[in-house]
Amino acid sequence: MQNKAFLEQPFFTTGPGWWRRFWTRSNERVGYLFILPSLLHLIAFLLIPLLFSLYLSFTDWRGTNFYNAPFIGLSNYEFMLGDRRWWNAMGNSAYFTALSVPLGMIISLGIALVMNQKLRGVYFFRTLFFMPVISSWVAVSVIWITLLDPQAGMVNYFLKSIGLPTVNWLGDPASAMPSLVMITIWKGAGFNMVIWLAGLQAIPQELYEAAAIDGANARQSFFRLTLPLLTPTTFFMAITGVISSFQVFSSVYVITGGGPRGATDVAVHRIYLRAFESFDMGYASALAWVLFFVIFVFTLLQVWYMRRREEQALF
Amino acid sequence: MVKPKHWWDLPVNILGYVILIGATLMMVVPFIWMVTTSLKPSGSEFSYPPQLLPTSFDFSNYTDLFTLVPFGKYFLNTILVTFFTVSGQVIVCAMAAYGFSRLHFMGRDTIFLLYLATMMIPFQITLIPLFLIVFGLGWINTYQGLIIPGISSVFGIFLLRQSFQGIPQDYHDAARIDGATEWVIFTRIFLPLTGPALTTLAVFAFMGTWTDLLWPLLIARSQEMRTLELGLAYFNANTTAFRQTNWPMVMAAAVVVMLPVLIVYIFAQRYFVAGISLSGIKG
Repeated sequence: MQNKAFLEQPFFTTGPGWWRRFWTRSNERVGYLFILPSLLHLIAFLLIPLLFSLYLSFTDWRGTNFYNAPFIGLSNYEFMLGDRRWWNAMGNSAYFTALSVPLGMIISLGIALVMNQKLRGVYFFRTLFFMPVISSWVAVSVIWITLLDPQAGMVNYFLKSIGLPTVNWLGDPASAMPSLVMITIWKGAGFNMVIWLAGLQAIPQELYEAAAIDGANARQSFFRLTLPLLTPTTFFMAITGVISSFQVFSSVYVITGGGPRGATDVAVHRIYLRAFESFDMGYASALAWVLFFVIFVFTLLQVWYMRRREEQALF
Repeated sequence: MVKPKHWWDLPVNILGYVILIGATLMMVVPFIWMVTTSLKPSGSEFSYPPQLLPTSFDFSNYTDLFTLVPFGKYFLNTILVTFFTVSGQVIVCAMAAYGFSRLHFMGRDTIFLLYLATMMIPFQITLIPLFLIVFGLGWINTYQGLIIPGISSVFGIFLLRQSFQGIPQDYHDAARIDGATEWVIFTRIFLPLTGPALTTLAVFAFMGTWTDLLWPLLIARSQEMRTLELGLAYFNANTTAFRQTNWPMVMAAAVVVMLPVLIVYIFAQRYFVAGISLSGIKG
């Protein structure tokens, strides 16, 4: 307990203004001790690495010159401009994002709408829907590798049995990325559905009743009422979806290893290969910063939107 | 208010169930297939046509996992790493959250803003220097290398801060008048009252650590240090040669990896779903 007598000691009340303010305004200085472990952790494992990473991106740091890596200015960034594999990877990430985010959102919204109908046993279904969400990417990956096996896999067996042509899912450069997208949507559907459900349940029921009295049919009340009122949820999911899609790694690493012929080599996978297989850590850091700026644009968009909504809520 | 009844309510409900059951089957069938394959005789090729339900119950894959491959060691490693990461994260985050929500000291809100700002930094950008720092500390291939970088999370602090703020100031003041120190107030009043939030954080941390691949992939260099997730990935590391993989055994390994997560999920489902819809932030 910090009492008045303690604060009135000359040591704390003399000296420069900032020093006095520090001691008089911080009457619960023990708070510094409470945040100390997390602050040290943040500095050692986040802030220092962040600055270190920026420095690395201007050096030619590789496995062989660990302690005397030459400073090479913007050369890494210059090299990146002409690195076709990197642009292929960025293109693949964009392709993955463009497919998985809208499709994933639409499919999970459809399921959330059904679940929102207050059917019996909805919680049982929700539990099962969450199985892919909680499973690890590695476990999910090995399951899908076997399911999508072109000869013996169950998916192709099913297609064949209903008379459709089979697909070399993960082996064909054209279908490998859509297959990954399919697996990603399958894994994330339960997660997205819970967020949609939270958004749907926040819509006041009276609005639907009023719309029904005004003679709105189901389609009208969905497009004129549900969708506009879901805008915050939609925006949130789209942005976080884009951010996490640009960070995809585990699934690619385990399922395709970036193949076939670079068709699923996404940005983080390329950074991983550069940093931890070629040990080209300076260049890989430069790539990571470029990726960071792409992600950051979307993060800022989200912050801006949330700020705006808060301001609107005030008035 | 009671929903008005219509003649189409029944067909609409039936359609709803059809969609739900169809979608649920798509979610569950892959897992049934995993269990079925894991019960096939070890080393057997895929049977054609594929069988969804098991015809044989051969548990030798599960026993082989622990004799042919050091899966027991992987299991132990994963339990150790997860236990210390989760307990560290809960303690460190709870302390910080208490400081940020209940104590007044200079620069508090500025420091908290800095914390929040770091949530915008994707993990990939710090990955390389983090690896170099852990390397410099001599922690490659050690438990502390696997554990220490994960023992705090800004997301966790944010989550707990919200629930600490929900506790009335009267409790705090009453304890202070009785002469309790801040540490006593924190451990005896705040921690017991925020059990659900602490559980939510613990569940998130457990799921994240147990299923993490990237960090163990970089840190665990020898076979003895591998986690379950990494052990499973190495079964399948060489995708070009995957036809030679012993699939029944890989599936048995996948079942072993998944089972603890599934058990935790079944018991802590409430906290998990609450955490997601509350924050909407992926751990």
